[in-house]
Amino acid sequence: MSLLQTILVIIIELAAALGFIMVTALILIYMLRKVMGHMQARLGPIRVGPHGVLQTVADALKLFGKEDIIPAAADKWTFRIAPAIVFTASLATFSFIPFAPNIVAVNVDISLFFLLAISSLAVLGIVMAGWGSNNKYALLGGLRGVAQMISYEIPLVLSTLGVVMMTGSLNLIDIVEKQKTMYNIVPQFLGFAIFIVAALAKINRTPFDLPEAESELVAGYNTEYSGMRWAFFFLAEFVNIFIISALGTIVFLGGWNGFLISLPPWAWFMIKSYVLIFFVMWVWSTFPRFRADQLMDVGWKILLPLALLNIALTGLVILLREGRIF
Amino acid sequence: MTIEVSDDLRTELMEINFGPHHPSTHGIFRFIATLDGEVVVDIEPYIGYLHRGIEKLAENKKYMTGFPLYDRLDYIASLTYELCFCLALEKLMEIEVPERAQFIRVILVELQRISTHLIFYATTGLEAGAYTPFLYAFREREAILRLLEMATGARMTTNYFRIGGVKWDLPEGFEKELRKLLSKFPSRLEEYDQLLTGNEIFCQRMKNIGILGPEIAINIGVSGPTLRGSGVRFDLRKAEPYSGYDRFDFDIPYGLKGDAYDRYLVRLQEMRQCLRIISQAIDGLPGGDFRARVPKVIKPPAGEVYMRTEGTRGELGFYIISDGSANPYKVKIRAPSFVNIMALKPMVVGHTVPDLILIFGSIDIVMGEIDR
Repeated sequence: MSLLQTILVIIIELAAALGFIMVTALILIYMLRKVMGHMQARLGPIRVGPHGVLQTVADALKLFGKEDIIPAAADKWTFRIAPAIVFTASLATFSFIPFAPNIVAVNVDISLFFLLAISSLAVLGIVMAGWGSNNKYALLGGLRGVAQMISYEIPLVLSTLGVVMMTGSLNLIDIVEKQKTMYNIVPQFLGFAIFIVAALAKINRTPFDLPEAESELVAGYNTEYSGMRWAFFFLAEFVNIFIISALGTIVFLGGWNGFLISLPPWAWFMIKSYVLIFFVMWVWSTFPRFRADQLMDVGWKILLPLALLNIALTGLVILLREGRIF
Repeated sequence: MTIEVSDDLRTELMEINFGPHHPSTHGIFRFIATLDGEVVVDIEPYIGYLHRGIEKLAENKKYMTGFPLYDRLDYIASLTYELCFCLALEKLMEIEVPERAQFIRVILVELQRISTHLIFYATTGLEAGAYTPFLYAFREREAILRLLEMATGARMTTNYFRIGGVKWDLPEGFEKELRKLLSKFPSRLEEYDQLLTGNEIFCQRMKNIGILGPEIAINIGVSGPTLRGSGVRFDLRKAEPYSGYDRFDFDIPYGLKGDAYDRYLVRLQEMRQCLRIISQAIDGLPGGDFRARVPKVIKPPAGEVYMRTEGTRGELGFYIISDGSANPYKVKIRAPSFVNIMALKPMVVGHTVPDLILIFGSIDIVMGEIDR
């Protein structure tokens, strides 16, 4: 294969990935509106296209046409780069997600670690957006983002460690293959509970949507953004919801392993992911928001000790099984 | 190893402007908060963005034509203002209002009290970050507004009460619709409780914030549910019964601690009491005239009168000076929100920004009556 062909293949792959991500985001936005609408005793979008399916497309077109406003007092470069960083971080994590045994863009030995590490980069963009906007609401939102990220990244990583100990591998495909007989949610239920709570905080969703708390901070870190720059934040948010649900599926819900009926692996994977996404949306439309200090309390005083306890218990059980103690 | 700390290293207080167009300022209210980190150290409210000079305008209107003006004070509880104005003039002119008119007035005012408290519930949910209660509350509010439209012809700016009675009798079918609402509303209230009242996060957010002691509350002149939340059982419907409130059996809910959660609970309980009053009133609705015989042009005798009623937000008063002509010489309105908002500063200092929003919401103001 010549160099040209290689480059062409890469471009096509990138375009396919980008297309998939965009479509996913569009579906999720439409789904959110419908799910939330029906939960809130209303209909959701209904006008554009049958049952409003084209509403998100219309909104995206509208955003394309919007003026790109950069505040005069803003830190121009920080302001410009911030949405790109947030979006890139979400985009990059996509490449590590195995949709089926043979559908994965990048398969490395430590893909779980990589996925978590790269997705954390997004917070950098949030801080930059908050700082670069030169707006007090945005600054408070950005700072809250950092505080939240520090409090919840640790329990999130620790909650998956139990699974890693049981599997003996950081590779996401290995983790899924190990769950042929039993999903990790059964032995690692505590880990799964911690994971869900920490994941909601990581993707800034209710009840942890403090960085963009509308009633206090107008729109938090993205107050000053408009048009496509704002759309990138918005897209990244929904991509993150998908990624975290996909991760939950892989680590705890057995990935593409099916049960009862036989479907293609990727279908199982998608179904499980969308169940988790539905759960996120359900929580989203039900709960009020935590206060910043209460959020820290939950993160450091409840989730972290529980995650450590989970690791200790897992270790103990593994040692007992192998008969290395007693 | 020593760490050198530069003398330049210091923290500054940050001044942040909320409003007039902030998502949770309930209209166009503005305050400048001085923050130490996220903790409020000082707060300065600015009002007047909605000032229309209603008190002055009222002097140029005949008594009968002033009603649309007063509708626009508390625009979500317009009948409470109409009622107070009517009662004030009826006191001055010594007009006997027919029983039926009194009952109709009570029913409609209590309906509006429920609808304003529903808005309070909805916005409290929004401010706490929950969007769903908002839509649930507005669904029921819509039913109430439909009833009001049926009776008065308008949803918000009703212009229905008249000196000596009401504009016209209740329409056919009103009673049936009202009973339908009364039968399903208690279950809806339970739904509200499930959504928000018992929610662990909501309790954590609302409890122990914005504590207003009874002494401070009385000294500032706070009234209504905000006062009762502080544990003072003062309700003008009981203390100085007007428009036949002494004939109805109802309780005054009151709080114990005086925090935002107590004020919230008081309002939710009040909705239940409103239902009790309405069902008693509709059951005992007497026949007869809906308006007393009053002259076409109202010319009260020279003199002055102060009438106070329990508005949805507190003590609502009209002070009217008459010089014997068809126009009032002076109309002074005592708006409950205007006084209640004075309690904001003692309540919020020392709390963080998210609490500030919740505490501010728990006073439940409406800008129309503050700016007048």
